[in-house]
Amino acid sequence: MSEGCLSGVKVLEHTQIVAGPYCSKVLADLGAEVIKIEKPGLGDDARRRAPFLNDIPHPERSGLFLYLNTNKLGITLNPNTKTGREIFEELVKEVDILIEDNPPQTIREQRLDYNSLKEINPKLIVVSITPFGQTGPYRDYKAYPLNTFHAGGLGYLVPFGSTFPSRPPLKWGDYCGEYVCGLVAAVATLGALYAQQTDGVGQHIDVSKQEALLSLLRVFAAYYPNQKRIADRFSGLFGDSSFSQLFSETMCPEDSEAIVVAAFSHQIESLIKLTGGDAEDAKGEMSGDAFQLLPKWMSNRTKEEIYQQAQAARIPAAPIRNVEEVVNSEQFKARRFFREIEHPEMGKVKIPTTPYHFSKTPWKIERPAPLLGQHNEDIYCRRLGHTKEDMVKLREGGII
Amino acid sequence: MRGPLEGVRIADFSWVWAGAHAMELLAFLGAEVIKIESRRRPDSPRQFTLTAGETYSDLDESPAFNDLNLNKLGVTINLGEPKGVELAKEIIKISDVVAQNMGYGAMQRRGLGYEDLVKIKSDIIYLSSSTSGGTGPRAQDVGFAPIFASLGGLAGITGYSDGPPSLSMGELDILCATTSAFAVMAALIHRNRTGEGQYIDLSFSEAVAVLIGDAILDYTMNGRVQGRSGNIDDIMAPHNCYRCRGEDDWVSIAISTEDEWEKFCKVLENPALITNEKFSDAYNRWKNQGELDKLVEEWTKNFTSREVMERLQRAGVAAMPSFNTKDLYLDPHLKERNVWLKVNHPVLGEQTVVAPPWKLSATPAKITRPAPLIGEHNEYVFGELLGMKEEEIDKLIQEKVIY
Repeated sequence: MSEGCLSGVKVLEHTQIVAGPYCSKVLADLGAEVIKIEKPGLGDDARRRAPFLNDIPHPERSGLFLYLNTNKLGITLNPNTKTGREIFEELVKEVDILIEDNPPQTIREQRLDYNSLKEINPKLIVVSITPFGQTGPYRDYKAYPLNTFHAGGLGYLVPFGSTFPSRPPLKWGDYCGEYVCGLVAAVATLGALYAQQTDGVGQHIDVSKQEALLSLLRVFAAYYPNQKRIADRFSGLFGDSSFSQLFSETMCPEDSEAIVVAAFSHQIESLIKLTGGDAEDAKGEMSGDAFQLLPKWMSNRTKEEIYQQAQAARIPAAPIRNVEEVVNSEQFKARRFFREIEHPEMGKVKIPTTPYHFSKTPWKIERPAPLLGQHNEDIYCRRLGHTKEDMVKLREGGII
Repeated sequence: MRGPLEGVRIADFSWVWAGAHAMELLAFLGAEVIKIESRRRPDSPRQFTLTAGETYSDLDESPAFNDLNLNKLGVTINLGEPKGVELAKEIIKISDVVAQNMGYGAMQRRGLGYEDLVKIKSDIIYLSSSTSGGTGPRAQDVGFAPIFASLGGLAGITGYSDGPPSLSMGELDILCATTSAFAVMAALIHRNRTGEGQYIDLSFSEAVAVLIGDAILDYTMNGRVQGRSGNIDDIMAPHNCYRCRGEDDWVSIAISTEDEWEKFCKVLENPALITNEKFSDAYNRWKNQGELDKLVEEWTKNFTSREVMERLQRAGVAAMPSFNTKDLYLDPHLKERNVWLKVNHPVLGEQTVVAPPWKLSATPAKITRPAPLIGEHNEYVFGELLGMKEEEIDKLIQEKVIY
């Protein structure tokens, strides 16, 4: 059996919904052993979120949960009971990384914070993913994904090129912003893991979702302090830019459902040629005639034709795809990007795999998302040495 | 304190935004990143930033280039010359990682493909990133962020329900770069354990598609093609941005539980809201959210978004302004968390930059220097790291190999 990049790495996950689970999912998909802790009886809140198979709500049939928890082991545990805490500590001793997303105040009160846990395992890496981080005036503020997305500054810029001044700024579709937070946290997690493996050092990683989202704006955001220019969603970010014209003339997808973005001078020359203009006349700049020709050229073609023909001339272009077209894309099929996995309750489900294709450690599915408490016996009996009788008592006591 | 990746060296052939920022993230974590470009083909943000409408006559005066290449060392090698390729190989021999996002086949044509490099550095990690990935019928696709957003499905599900799809700009490049950084670090950890390097083929459009898993599964499980739905949630209501007193000033409010709803009504001091049967439970609130949103906005428009945030947060209700970049810079929370740092750039002067997005307690991520001027570290890299003699270097400069 081929190994993953992170084979041998042990992770304990004490998170739910999207950001934390996505952070540990990307590790699990590369071969790390992730033990996911869920609330006894209830489980991760994502189990109660759509999409459900055939639209029938059921804790084992949430597509959101299924996707975010592939390749993980699942146990139930309440660490706020004395015995539950002892078990939590036993697990903490066994792992390299703990990923958690609980409110900073709660975690300190429950002594499940880094400073308490490092006594048990000095090499432990604790990754905390919270809306506003562990410090600062907003650290205990409440925020749902909508709020963090807007607090990070991304929302103010959506929808890009808005023609509706009276309408509110938006979030990205679905939970996309939350996935971003999980991914940003995963980068730091691997950094700390590298240091742990080379120097034996343990540490705490404080990830604020607001800052993870703001990090995507590092270039645009710096235009305020450095030049006092504020980006907005109405005019192609910075109103006085040539880009705003380029955008409104060539990328406005109102009717065409395809976009063309020529930025480099050689791309602009190719574009002018392709659309029947005089490239020499234009000298590599989009102006006058060139702006007239492109929309006309686009209006006579389907979005797939625009994509194929512009790309054949080395001009960046794409059809704006809906989810169906994404799943059925020839390119994704050729790369086996979507794969079917088998789940005991849901049967065969097609899911996205990973965007990085490693030559020596390819993606593979070891197991689908865990059923609630599916691996209790494996972990509590076989791993930690509890008896089956213990298990019954722990269950009766609401601890697992 | 050391950065976690101290001792890792990267030969960075990547460029534009999605390429350049990837290895910048590793440089934040302490890796020594040597950016390889040339005056013949300088990185594009040195020349222009489309979104800000700026073009630069000097290669060293771009703030965007600075933001995307902090902490890196910079050398200039003309890869159009066989001697330039040989020189680049010398850097690769002492590196752990090669990263590139040039046009399809460009590195191979120069003898710098993975197959070539594995011969001179058997455990090299090689990242090749592109719009649609390096295999398949669309392997030659070229693109920028809005292209990735469209092919990956994010644009199609973002926007007002009756409006056009929303494209994404540079922020999506940064996101793709973050994906690249993650993949390279995973490969470094694999190499630590096994001694084995490898090739990574990364697709930016796939990097987008993995982040909309719920919409994709709704289609693969139920055949439903999700459209655009603004700020609307599956079940929460209120769940939207509401106009406030300032100019284009908005606050996001999200309510999930009955407890939050009661607290919210109390802050609003609006008995009509509490007793109105149309809003009596989560389902009714969701069903009548259009009407509810109007009532909420009647209240929010009397205050600034910050005042709404403070009032509602004090009561335990989730509310945050839709911050613009000025608000973010002036925000006391971000200030206390040192999100804004300063670097001294030799041409631009003092520049404010956004800090790395994580706080590591033992091996902190740091910003140690501005982006390199064109060819700034030729002497250090060729002289000190590669041990070349001054005459050798001078000769290559005259031959425009170092250029």
